Amino acid sequence: MTISLRIPRLTKRQRRSLVVGLLFISPAIIGFFVFNIGPIIQSLQYSFTRYNILQPPRYVGLNNYLFLMEDRVFKIGIQNTLYMVLIGLPIHLVFNMLMALLLNTKIKGLSIYRSIFYVPSITPVVASTIVWLWIFNGQFGILNEFLRFIGLSPIGWLTDPNWVKPSLIFMGAWFGGNTILIYLASLQDVPYDLLESAELDGANAVQKTFRITLPMISPVIFYTIIVNVIGYFQYFTEAWVMTATRDGSAGGVANSAMFYSMYLYQTAFQQFKMGYASAQAWILFMIVLVATLFLFKTARWVYYHAEN
Amino acid sequence: MTTAIRWQENRIIQDRIKRTIAYTIVIIMAVAYIFPLYWLLVTALKTDVEIFAQPPPIIPPNPQWHNFADSTTYIPFWRYMWNTIAISGLTVLGTVLSCTFIAYGFARIQWPGRNIVFLIYLSTIMLPSQVTLIPLYLIFKDLGWVGTFLPLVVPHFFGSALYVFLLRQFLLTIPQELSDAARIDGASELSILWHVMIPLMRPALAVVALFTFVQTYRDFLGPLIYLQNQQDWTISLGLKLFQNMYGAQWQLMMAASTLAMLPTIVLFFFTQKTFVRGIALTGLKG
Repeated sequence: MTISLRIPRLTKRQRRSLVVGLLFISPAIIGFFVFNIGPIIQSLQYSFTRYNILQPPRYVGLNNYLFLMEDRVFKIGIQNTLYMVLIGLPIHLVFNMLMALLLNTKIKGLSIYRSIFYVPSITPVVASTIVWLWIFNGQFGILNEFLRFIGLSPIGWLTDPNWVKPSLIFMGAWFGGNTILIYLASLQDVPYDLLESAELDGANAVQKTFRITLPMISPVIFYTIIVNVIGYFQYFTEAWVMTATRDGSAGGVANSAMFYSMYLYQTAFQQFKMGYASAQAWILFMIVLVATLFLFKTARWVYYHAEN
Repeated sequence: MTTAIRWQENRIIQDRIKRTIAYTIVIIMAVAYIFPLYWLLVTALKTDVEIFAQPPPIIPPNPQWHNFADSTTYIPFWRYMWNTIAISGLTVLGTVLSCTFIAYGFARIQWPGRNIVFLIYLSTIMLPSQVTLIPLYLIFKDLGWVGTFLPLVVPHFFGSALYVFLLRQFLLTIPQELSDAARIDGASELSILWHVMIPLMRPALAVVALFTFVQTYRDFLGPLIYLQNQQDWTISLGLKLFQNMYGAQWQLMMAASTLAMLPTIVLFFFTQKTFVRGIALTGLKG
């Protein structure tokens, strides 16, 4: 493809197909520049300004970035988000994989179970978070009712700073049906003869899983890791709805559920500090970029069967 | 000989034990997954006194079916529902239209530089939306679009890399001879797309339409930023309204949440096969 780019002269037919091809993808070209590249550059520019919308942006150099280094809430936001990415995400993916392996044991009624595990992930996030809000309720919630029933003391699931993130992770597992089904679909594609010949060689279930099944579906695992890392860095709605107060703020007791995107939203759309928020957006961009590159660099464990 | 038989017997017993354990866990997990939805429905059917009863009744003693009707007047439920459906419908239209054209251009027309341009385009999947959020908001504000559906809908008419990828994969599996034959007959690319490809693409287009609909229907951040007049809100924003009211009416909030979930759940049960196929497709891209 690089060669074709270097050829300066195109035949008449090639020129024609180039024009037609570009016409077909023109919405993508416009979208790419208007909704992606343009805003990325603009947000970098804004990040060097002070801008409250009412007055024109004023250049302040690196001030926004310097202030962020000192910003306590920003720091908490990063810590909480890393907690979600480094603890919540692995728990969710391992849990989803276990569920998929379980569903892949040729059980009867698979399509029913598949539906049951998938449905939560297509319900509107706000609607289902509201139920969880009630389940987690300290005074009247069914979870604490259960704890009292078995003789334990109730827990402030959403009010205790030590419990709010585990509670969010607990709830998040319920939304993971999409990943369960992705894993299940790929598990069903693992060639049966491979597993059978391993069994004839005396491999047990654990060996088969770790030596054959998981390596065979490692490209899919890798894909879900990438997509979810990017998604968890932007974790917003669940935590926002869970901790929103009447005055429109959110983040929980002592900012224990203040995540990166929530602080960014507050800075931009509640305090209208567009420059400061843009600096946050760019730092997020860099963090996600580095994380993604890191994942690709360390992707040696991913096995592509077709390439052999 | 006897050891072989015993080995086999052991094996059958082991299999049965394993199977029983697997079933037990799956059933427990299924109950756990259903429970929040069950609890939502039960709470929606309680009276405002039963809500706070301790211990809470597991089955509503006298189901208050009127809570559903009440919840639709407590907040302008149908208006919010209509707004949500309108935004989701337009988004589906824009996504399906634009992605079809773009995918065709990337899959069925040979043009120099195609692959490298596609790779660059594909990389936008990994861009966190927060990065472009503020400049886009300011652009839409300058255009006077903030407070309308336009910022939520219009960008989708310019393609979405993930769905272009999905449709392109699908189009690549269609034999090239089909296009060549049509071209020899003098058909233009547009008419090949319309008469040959689109009928074949239907299953893939259904996946894109369904996923886009559910995704937009569930969205919260987009409407939160752009819909500023209360009468333009989507159902997700509307549900939050309950929280802002003093003395939250939990049973009405639950009733409204139940109703808000129904469209996607019903849609899922009617289109299960398409969903499952789509999920397999999105997973395949690894």
